[in-house]
Amino acid sequence: MSVPAKLEFFMDASRCIGCQACVQACAECDTHKGHSLIQLDVVNRGYSTQTVPVVCLHCDSPTCAEVCPADAIKKTGDGVVQTARKPRCIACNNCVLACPFGIPKMNTEAELMMKCDMCYDRTSEGLKPMCASVCPSQALFFGTREEMEKMRPRSRPNNKFQFGHQQITTKVNVMVPRESQAEYVDVTSAMNEDTSGKSIFLNMLEEDE
Amino acid sequence: MAKLPENTLEVIEQFGPHLAYAQGARLDTDTEPDKLVKTHCCFCGQQCGIQLKVKDEKVIGFEPWYEFPFNKGMLCPKGVKRYLQSGHPDRLLTAYERDEKSPSGFRAMSYDDAIKRVASEIDRIQTQYGKDAFSILSGASLTTEKTYVMGIFAHMCLQTSNIDYNGRLCMVSAGAGNKKAFGVDRAANSWADIHKAEVIWISGANIAECAPITTDYVWQAREQGAKVIVVDPRITPIARTCDLFLPVKPGRDIALFNGVLQLMIENDWLDHDFIDNHTVGFEALAEHVAQWTPRKTAEVTGISEKGIRQAAEMWGTASTSFLMHARGIEHHSHGVQNVLGAINIVLASGRIGRPYCGYGTITGQANGQGGREHGQKCDQLPGGRDLGNPEHREHIAKIWDMDVNDMPQPGVDAYEILRKVDKGEIKGMLSICFNPVVSLPDNNYVRKMLEKLEFFVSIDFFMNETARQADIVLPGSLHEEDEGTVTQLEGRVIKINKAVECPGDAKEDWKIIQDIAKALDREKGFTFQSPREIWDELRVASAGGVSDYAGISYEKIEKQYGVFWPCPSDDHPGTPRLFEPGSWNPIAKGAGPFYFPDGKARFNVAPYTPPAEVTDDEYPIILTTGRVVSMFLSGTQTRRIGPLVDQYPEPRLELHPQLADKLGIADNDWVKVESRRGDATIRAMVVRTIRPDTVFMPYHWAGRKSANQLTIAAQDPISKIPEYKVCAVKVRKADGPPEYDGVLEPQQ
Repeated sequence: MSVPAKLEFFMDASRCIGCQACVQACAECDTHKGHSLIQLDVVNRGYSTQTVPVVCLHCDSPTCAEVCPADAIKKTGDGVVQTARKPRCIACNNCVLACPFGIPKMNTEAELMMKCDMCYDRTSEGLKPMCASVCPSQALFFGTREEMEKMRPRSRPNNKFQFGHQQITTKVNVMVPRESQAEYVDVTSAMNEDTSGKSIFLNMLEEDE
Repeated sequence: MAKLPENTLEVIEQFGPHLAYAQGARLDTDTEPDKLVKTHCCFCGQQCGIQLKVKDEKVIGFEPWYEFPFNKGMLCPKGVKRYLQSGHPDRLLTAYERDEKSPSGFRAMSYDDAIKRVASEIDRIQTQYGKDAFSILSGASLTTEKTYVMGIFAHMCLQTSNIDYNGRLCMVSAGAGNKKAFGVDRAANSWADIHKAEVIWISGANIAECAPITTDYVWQAREQGAKVIVVDPRITPIARTCDLFLPVKPGRDIALFNGVLQLMIENDWLDHDFIDNHTVGFEALAEHVAQWTPRKTAEVTGISEKGIRQAAEMWGTASTSFLMHARGIEHHSHGVQNVLGAINIVLASGRIGRPYCGYGTITGQANGQGGREHGQKCDQLPGGRDLGNPEHREHIAKIWDMDVNDMPQPGVDAYEILRKVDKGEIKGMLSICFNPVVSLPDNNYVRKMLEKLEFFVSIDFFMNETARQADIVLPGSLHEEDEGTVTQLEGRVIKINKAVECPGDAKEDWKIIQDIAKALDREKGFTFQSPREIWDELRVASAGGVSDYAGISYEKIEKQYGVFWPCPSDDHPGTPRLFEPGSWNPIAKGAGPFYFPDGKARFNVAPYTPPAEVTDDEYPIILTTGRVVSMFLSGTQTRRIGPLVDQYPEPRLELHPQLADKLGIADNDWVKVESRRGDATIRAMVVRTIRPDTVFMPYHWAGRKSANQLTIAAQDPISKIPEYKVCAVKVRKADGPPEYDGVLEPQQ
């Protein structure tokens, strides 16, 4: 069984309410029972209730797998990057350090890298993953692109990311405002030197009074 | 009598709260459950559908129930982890009686002996002091069948006036306001009407934490272009991305509603046809609100004049809308007036009784709606009837086959019951599904009153803080151990299904009540064999009443994924939206859509009055209380579920950095909060998301961590709801950690 191609994962941080239903439900999935592998980042509670849920983005060319010396991390044909294979994983932490999104976690007790596998036992049977099933605000959504376009006309899915010179395309989509472009900002563009990126103006944040 | 043992640590050691985590079959990935039971969550008023996985008479997990239309599989963290209450090490498996010599204060006893003792004490107290000397505290987390049984138990079996329920802490302001304005007390719409409303007005409702699934309805409306207005002293998660946030000073909501209405009138943002044809009382109200200029409204509410004008314009010019409120405007000594203020701006807009034109109060408890309709309220009989109404009394007395003269007259509210204990008028009490030692305001007083009782019996599944004070504790049933219906926040009647049997000597609550009646030799009317039998009698009893359940069968509930009352006959589909033009109800009888003889809704003048306790030099800061997402009410269940406790272990005091700086308090410092009634030492949480004149403390904890040590027992004169949302406190950096630090676990 594999995850049907028409079903996709979408993350929309603007909807997140920080309730942790995803964190609690993640540990209830049969492929990684007892281990919650989703991250819920509290951005800065002193200033805002903003929180951001992050599942594995399942890269087309997964950095975690590329840096694995034991060839323990496999991507299945449907594009899901799986947890490290137990017999191969040497718990070296390369993947943990290399992942640009900070997804893999080292389970030191089991000496095994564990990561979000999109609830493979569920999604490979066409069911929603646990987190997207329960998410009360549907900041996490699993379904078709058509459903998403119909339900969320104000935003559009993005799956291209830029980290330094590394371009990454992912299976998972992050919802961004419809008008925005998938451009990246190079810090040098605002420096008093030759720019290597696009010329832009950065808004200076005001000092807190 | 019922005095706590000196050393509560030994009570806690035996009875908890201890934490349950997943282990054994709950962690095995290859365990096939014996069955999947379609039922609902045991916590809040949304009543999300859920499927419980059962293995060897234990709930071992859940599977989303995608088909249930309200939540489509969505759950909050409480729903996800609720399965951990099943088979919990703290579960009461036998009856207990007080034993002063036992370190834990109790010793186990046989169920039959416990029932005999309860019956003999009830009989003794009622014989010696009169029937009203025995009182009952019940709860709105019980199924409607159980609440119906509690009403019969009080009004026919014991013939005591003194029964009331914990909805007194929850839904009564909304209920009273709705009855005054609409003549009926139910959310006017199903939540489906939120989806295409142009404006969503949310007042005093921390939706993201207290009714999380409702978030998706609000966000979905926003995707279609809806503007969201949130009125709250805190930027709650639902407020973070709203279009207009109005940081109201706690206790001043009515001023805002009056001010908005004044601007609606000034700018003629009114539905004159609707006002003329379907309402009465607008002119008097218009005259009253004329004084609420934007300037004055801003001064009283603490909201900028600009914000008030924007809100009025957004609301006034919309063509569809949905207004929701919750305890934030209801938990006040003028809670009913706040509710009436909210309804006034709905009625003035004419946006009710039509698609995407809605109004609803967000119920707190599972059966916050059904639990307030069928007879466990101090003044109520089944079908939303009145205990003080001679016709209603006759009707129900006939169904119960009792002499109407034996039926007691209306009694008093839950807090007044305690004051009657103080006065020596009430000597005995039975409590079920209510944890007043944690949940009532000024709870040091509550504890003293329970100590004063000659006899106190508690029915519960865990030994909560109130049960600890009982003379006898009877082991009742958990949510998954019985079946029955509840009515959720939309007015949809849904069915709770049994997943496992009661363990040990524990019994379904209605059976315990029947066993007591039998031991009292007052079995008449108490020979139900199943919840279905109770339900079928309740359907008959409610027929013709305002809350008409006559046509709601268990089968229809299953087939339709719930049935909205009123549903007066077998062939009636139920009523998702109230007040539709041309709709019929038993009061108006066709005269109009509202539940008054003329069929018209009522505008009510809702004058502003300040909170019972305003700040002064000695107590200069406002304390407001509320909930966090991983905990539920007094925490009897959620403080026993490990992952939920880990998510938010102990109460913290939210305060703004401006206030924190002034007081020399840093984030995570121990701070002492004091009111005229009590104090608590907890950790500070310095956040910019709260008004600088207000501090917030969640109320789910007991003992020295309880917010209700500080709150005031002032009550609304109409609804009798306590003023949890405002009192005056002082705050300072604590001299050191509290005594409980390092002694008690976070949940204890």
